Parts: sequence; C-alpha cells; structure tokens
Amino acid sequence: MSPMTSLSASQRLQAFANPARFMALSARLLAPLWVVSLGLLCVGLYYALVASPPDYQQGETVRIMYVHVPSAWLAMFGYSLMAAASAVALIFRHPLADLCAKSAAPIGAAFTFLALVTGALWGKPMWGAWWVWDARLTSVLILFFLYLGYMALWAAIEEPARAARAAAVLALVGAINVPIIRYSVVWWNTLHQPASVFRMDGPTIAPEMLLPLALMALGFTFFFVTLLLVRMRAEILRHRVRTLRLARAAASAED
Amino acid sequence: MTTSDLRLTASNLACVRGGRIVFEGLSFSVTAGAALVLTGPNGSGKSSLLRQIAGLLDIASGTLALDGGDPELTLAEQAHYLGHLDALKPAMTVVETLRFWAAWLGGDAAANAPAALESMGLAPLADLPVGYLSAGQKRRLALARFVATPRPIWLLDEPTVALDAASIERLGAVMRAHLAGGGIIVGATHLDLGLAGAQTLRLGAEAAA
Amino acid sequence: MTRAFFALIGRDLRLAARIGGGGGMAVFFFLVVVAVVPLGIGPDLNLLARIAPGMLWVALLLSSLLTLDRLFQADYEDGSLDLLAMGRLPLELVAAAKATGHFLTTGLPLVVAAPLPGLMLNLEVSAFPALMLAMLAGAPALSFLGIIGAGLTVGIRRGGLLASLLVLPFYIPVLIFGVAAARAALFGFPDGVAGQSLTLLCAVALASLVLGPVAAAAALRANLR
Repeated sequence: MSPMTSLSASQRLQAFANPARFMALSARLLAPLWVVSLGLLCVGLYYALVASPPDYQQGETVRIMYVHVPSAWLAMFGYSLMAAASAVALIFRHPLADLCAKSAAPIGAAFTFLALVTGALWGKPMWGAWWVWDARLTSVLILFFLYLGYMALWAAIEEPARAARAAAVLALVGAINVPIIRYSVVWWNTLHQPASVFRMDGPTIAPEMLLPLALMALGFTFFFVTLLLVRMRAEILRHRVRTLRLARAAASAED
Repeated sequence: MTTSDLRLTASNLACVRGGRIVFEGLSFSVTAGAALVLTGPNGSGKSSLLRQIAGLLDIASGTLALDGGDPELTLAEQAHYLGHLDALKPAMTVVETLRFWAAWLGGDAAANAPAALESMGLAPLADLPVGYLSAGQKRRLALARFVATPRPIWLLDEPTVALDAASIERLGAVMRAHLAGGGIIVGATHLDLGLAGAQTLRLGAEAAA
Repeated sequence: MTRAFFALIGRDLRLAARIGGGGGMAVFFFLVVVAVVPLGIGPDLNLLARIAPGMLWVALLLSSLLTLDRLFQADYEDGSLDLLAMGRLPLELVAAAKATGHFLTTGLPLVVAAPLPGLMLNLEVSAFPALMLAMLAGAPALSFLGIIGAGLTVGIRRGGLLASLLVLPFYIPVLIFGVAAARAALFGFPDGVAGQSLTLLCAVALASLVLGPVAAAAALRANLR
C-alpha cells in the first residue's frame, strides 16, 4: 500500500510539485544569499566595532546596540512571519507554509535569546543589574516563552499533519495575545514603578551610528532569510525520509 | 538450560480478581517439549493464569512450581510473556528495542538480535523507528524478543492478534523449534497453531462446578 | 545485573532525548515559574533578591513534580512495566534506575540552568556556587522521593495530580535544608550554618536513595498484582 493513496489527485500534485519547485529555486538562491548576508555582516561589524565612535555617555558599551537592536527586530519579525505563515497554512493549506512557520520558530527563538542576552550584558553596566523587570524586557521574555511553547508543541505531537494544525492555531492565538500581553505588562510596570530609572529614548542617534546599525539590521535580516531557507530545505528532506521509511515498512508487510 | 526434565506443575490453583473467583482448583502439568493450549470463553481466566505464571498476578491459593529449571532463578525469571500489549516505544528503532529487551531479560543482545529479527521477517526493518511499523510488524517485534533471549517457558496471550497468514506460519515454526529444543509453551489462542500433540486445558467449566 | 541496570537508564535517556518531553520541558517550566513571580509581586529588585533562593527552590520542586507522573505510567500503558518486572533485576533496582534517569534528564538540567533565572531574580552572583551545590545535593532526593508517588499512582487515570499531592509533603525537608544552605551563603550567616544545612540536606538525600526505591517497589507490587 502506498502512503499517498489517501490523498486526492490534486493534493498529491500540490504535495509533490510545490516542494520540488521550492527545492530547485532555493538551491539556486542559497549561495548568493550566503554571500550577501555574510558580506553585510562583515562590513557592518567593521563599522560597528571599529569605524564608529564610542558614545559620549555610554562609552564603548554602546557597541552592544549593533547586535542587540537587530536581534530584537528579528525576534519580532520572526514571530510575525510565523503567525502569517500559520494563517496561510490554516486558510489555504499550502504545504510550504507549515514548513515555513516551523522553520522560523527556532531561528526567531535564537534571535530572541540573543536579544535577551545582549540586553542583559548591556544592562549590567548601565543599570547595575543583569536583568530588570521593565515592561519591554518582560514582554520580550514572554515572546521567548511563546516561541519555546510553539516548538515544544511541534516536538510533542508525533504525526506531522496534526502537529502542524495544532501549532498553527497556537501561533495565531499567540499573535492575537502578543499586543494584549504587551499592553498589560506596560500597565503592570508603570503601576509599580512610575519614574523608570532608565529610558531608551536618549539623544537622537548620530549618523555615524546609524550607518552601522542599518548595515547590521540588513545583514541580520538576510542571515535570517538564509537560515530559514536552509531549515525549510532540511524539513522537506526530513519529510521525504519519513515518507520513504513508511513506504519501506509498508512494502515489507507485503512479502 | 537444563531442559530435559523440565516440568511446570500447577496444583489446586485459584485466582481471585476484584473479589470474584475467576477460577479455582486448577491443576495441570506440562513437561519439556510440550505445549498447553488454554481455551474457554471470555473472562474464564486464560489471561489471568498466564499472568500468574509470569509472576504478574498474585496466586490466591494453590501452588505453581517449575522443576528442573535453574534453581537460582524464579519461575518468572525463566519465562517469556507476551500480553495484549507489545511493550514497544515508538521512538526507538527495531534493533534498539530488541537489544534493550535482550539485555534486560538476560540474553546476549549483540549475538542474538540478527537471527531473532530474521526469524520474524523483520531484518529489512532493523533501523526503522518502531513508530513506523504496522500493528502486525509490532507484534512480530514483540515475539522476536522470545527468540533473542533463551528462556525455557513461553507464555503467549493471543499471539496471533494482528498477524497475517505468513506471520502466523513464522510464529508456528519458531514455536515448534522452541519445543524441539526442550522448551515449554503455555498459550491462549483461538487459532490452531499447528502444534502436534498439544494438550488442551479448558477453563470456565471448573468455575461453574 | 549491572548491564541491565545501565541498559534501562540508557533507554530512558535515549527516549528523553528523542521525544523531547522530559528535560527540555522541565527547564522551560522552571523558567516560566520564575518569570511569573515578579509579575505577581512586583519588579522591586531588592525584594526579588531576598526571596530568590526560596523561589528558585520552589520552582525546582514544581518542575521536578511536573515530569514525575509519566515515569512509570508510560511503561505501564504500553506493557513495558510487565517485562521490567520479569527481568532478573529486583523491582527496587528498576525503581532506582528510573529515578536515576529522572535525575539525569530533569534534575541535572534544572541545576545547570538555575543561574539564568537566578540572574533574573537579581540573586548575587557570589551566591550561585552555594545555591547550585545545594541544588545538586537536593535534586537526586527529589527524583528518588518522587518515584514513590509515581509508583503509588501507576495505573490510576489522572494520577499525575495525585502523585504531586502525595509527594509534596516528602519534599518539605529537602526544601527547608536546601533554602537554608543557599540563604546562609547569601546573607553571610556564621560559617557553620551553611555547612550544617548542606550536611543535613545530603543526609536527607542519602536516606531518600534507600527509602525511595524500596517504597516505590512496594507500591508497584501492590498496584501491579
């Protein structure tokens, strides 16, 4: 018995043709993407670490910003992408959308973690503590938990199709919840700690700092997309291995 | 194995579950190379008797004894038991599962695993996770551990569930080989397993008497 | 005998690594519990630093409980427990192997992860070694006492909650001595106090290494037969 017989003809076409085209297209895209993202990161790091001036208040520690801010941006971007892909997967049943959402989660979680860690490293000299329960930090931490929960759900459900549906629902509920959580956390902290000890809105950023920041943000984004493609390709291959193994188990039952 | 004068004897055996007497006054004796087939309607205690021999269910009264076995080991430690469940983990591969149970039940895992898989027709699937197998393949894997670890007494509760004709034939061959090697089989089954000269014990009649 | 003992631990580690339900989930839960505390009591860093050792211990305890109910239940549901009972290893050692596996997949990762939530609760970095040492001594006790609850509730539907209720009282000495050791190191109590608490904690842990498997095996026998 072939494992695909339960699908209709059009579904079979979609399940095979689409990922096949994606594999061909992504194979051609990967090399240029690696070059662009690594190039941008190298140039960006040079400007960030060497060619830009230290801040007149924060000194050299300001350089953490060039990693911290792009990470935080990608943390948000990753979740939005995951939620959008999940919506597409639920509505249009596009086979690549599930893979896109699944692949985006660990990358987004990694950037969220990076944002939290660089934030802590930055916070120690500025606030005298590794961690402060400020509204912004707290909501990024909760975002990190949402990522982890999403990944844990994928890992917990054995059958891929069911896991995909459940995870997509979770990602969408999370997307609706994120603004509410954010609002409640802001309200929570301003309630307890009115005059905040620190403010992110310092002096308007100088142009010589804006250039490395923009380069790094662009480099990080390209890097994210590259990793996403690599992971999606891996997921498709994993799916093929699974199909082949199921077919082997089924074929062996016939003899 | 000192199997030549092996004898499994039950005398006046009784089983009580949930305050109900399942059977009582049950006596039988099986010697090396013989099979005992348990028959009887549902709830007559076939599974309970097998679990009692396997040491998984308390004996209400009477005795169960194995003569001529390894004096260092208990009856349960010399028995293989296949219940309604296959005792398999979907995340482990076929060969890992077999190796683990062989190590656990006291066999030489590395040496016996290939032959055991071959006997049940599972050799081509050795590296697959158990989760990918069909119900019949899982049943065969559960039976493969009987071959992988030598234990003189085989307790089989409906071993043919989910098995196709070819697999039942394989099981019959393995069972005949076990009996020819001086083993003992006690099984509950609806199917004729092709064991020549098997004794039959009918449960259910005693309970009414 | 030794081979079977380690084979069982190895199987449990392998399953935990492949299914991902055990250790990773417990660490995740640990972090979430700690993160919820400031949301409940407010972001005052001085207050958080004061209660940090106790909070970390409570979170460790809860995370350890969370993974307990599957310990024997998973093997019971697929029939593996029957076969585990038919091996040459006595049930006491089966229980000990399961507890060791639980410690390695849950307790140890939690202890290793503890500095992270510690930083978030503004715990003094100088207090980390004492805290982690105490947790390392206490975590095996949590696993070896936990198997008693897991054994008592095996085969009971929704046994997880019941297991937690049964086991929590046994965890209290571990909690008291563990927190005392960490607090003594943190607030600079006279030298003897930290050492004394740690010694008592180790004593409780050693006792649980013996008591846990014996009681769990008795519970399993009562439930299985």
